[in-house]
Amino acid sequence: MPIHEKSLIRPENLRVQENLELEGVDVSGHWSTFIESRVVSDYNEAIEDEIAALPGGEYIHRCWQCGSCTNACTVNAIDAEFNPRHWIYLVRIGLESELLRDKEIIWQCVSCNKCTYACPRDVNPEGVMKSIAHWLELKGHTAKSPAAHFDEVFAGQVFATGKIEEGRIIRGFFARTGQALRQEWLMVMARRMVRHLPLRMMFVMALGSVLQPKTQGWGRARAAIGEHVAEQKAREHKALGIAGQERS
Amino acid sequence: MSTHKRQKTGYYPGCALEGTAHSYNRSTKALGKKLGLDLVEVKNWNCCGAMEVKNIDPKLQSYLSSRVLSIAANDMGLETVMAPCNGCYHNLKKAEYDIANDPATVETVEKLSNKAGHKAYSAEQVETIHALDWIKREIGEDGIRERLNNSLAGLKIANYYGCMYTRPRHIFPEKDQGGDSESTFKPHYMDGLLAAAGAEIVDYPLKTACCGGAHSLADSDISTKLVLNLLDAAEACGADVIATECPTCHSGLEMHQIRAETVFQRKTKPVIVYFTQLLGLALGIKPKQLGIHENISDSLPLLKERGLA
Repeated sequence: MPIHEKSLIRPENLRVQENLELEGVDVSGHWSTFIESRVVSDYNEAIEDEIAALPGGEYIHRCWQCGSCTNACTVNAIDAEFNPRHWIYLVRIGLESELLRDKEIIWQCVSCNKCTYACPRDVNPEGVMKSIAHWLELKGHTAKSPAAHFDEVFAGQVFATGKIEEGRIIRGFFARTGQALRQEWLMVMARRMVRHLPLRMMFVMALGSVLQPKTQGWGRARAAIGEHVAEQKAREHKALGIAGQERS
Repeated sequence: MSTHKRQKTGYYPGCALEGTAHSYNRSTKALGKKLGLDLVEVKNWNCCGAMEVKNIDPKLQSYLSSRVLSIAANDMGLETVMAPCNGCYHNLKKAEYDIANDPATVETVEKLSNKAGHKAYSAEQVETIHALDWIKREIGEDGIRERLNNSLAGLKIANYYGCMYTRPRHIFPEKDQGGDSESTFKPHYMDGLLAAAGAEIVDYPLKTACCGGAHSLADSDISTKLVLNLLDAAEACGADVIATECPTCHSGLEMHQIRAETVFQRKTKPVIVYFTQLLGLALGIKPKQLGIHENISDSLPLLKERGLA
């Protein structure tokens, strides 16, 4: 690895003897640490092409591992395990088993685009994070992430009516992910929201969530988008060699 | 700038400004009216694709944004579209860039536009600008000083621009051009305008840091941490107010300031106000007309104490 901010040494492969004497010298504890050797043979060299076939992943081949993305990353500053450079490296050499060790956090990319801003090779690391997360779900390695559920609820409304209504999105997302709407912080927020509002205004807001906002004459656009999404899904499934059924 | 002939500016409020960011919509319109700037809303617009549609297919997002640009250009003959929402502004810019540079995007946009029954947008028909560009160009800092009615003197403001206003750099070719152009590394348009309105601008290091808005609900803990960084830094800089220019950032800051209080018992002081509301107050517009009472973050006590509301 050209950059050593993320180790490939697995903690479970470190061997330490509590009591060890070698040729009359006590080397107990960390003096006796050694790394159990392992040979990686389960490369999956198809991954890079598969990631590149998903939206956002197209330019992963340009990466030269400078690490600017990880250095700039918003999420990495909170969680050092979140490392875009490392995952791009693993995908490019086909180290699937290593990639899967981080499969539950890759979707957490917040799309701040700091990586894409910093990248000197126009890899679009933000897009690559989305395509890896998408790949993990399509291959069945992870369940659909909360972010993927949110995207689907949101995009579904845009595709159906041309516009979104935030209250409907929040209710749809919470219902889909099995979360209660009556969370304390949301209740506090709702109370503060109406604090200075006259009744008339609240009535208008309530009406907005009943009468769904729509773009007029959206029918043909809706049909065209529907076809496009179906074609796109078919292309993705073909590229990843998976059956065409929709996972939900 | 006052000598150039004013064209009507197309106005694309977007979904958030018709919902949770109603006060941003209201204050933007009130500001335009006060300053004599004509805004004509893009007819029958649709969602730009926000931050979600690109995760399904970026080309689809470009199509959605291009439909808005096409209506502005082909149905209304507009040359400029102004979007106050960073997400909308970013997506219209991204569509412009991709339609000018990526043949695959052009193909998708043309195919979907034909099927949907409207003219496809072609590159350079319309210029997309942000509400900050609009005020900066049409009125400018000197124009604000000339019209000052109620100086923001004594109000310490941290200006927060977020992610989508400056990143990635290549979709904003007019930025980083030296002189008075906007900087993607250290944006300054809001700083300049609010300083002209009399405010004391603090040197805020997290101007373009992320609030976690994309996962505000899907990954609330990360968003709360990111928002706490923003709030703590503003407080450490001595700011009373965080000024915003994006509905997602604004509601993210409001929501997670409350979530930090309720879930993590971390109370923070700065209040969150749209820059259009602050400029409006300085020009003598009534707080109600700027929708300040509609914000979740309650800035009225502070603004009253300073004689601004």
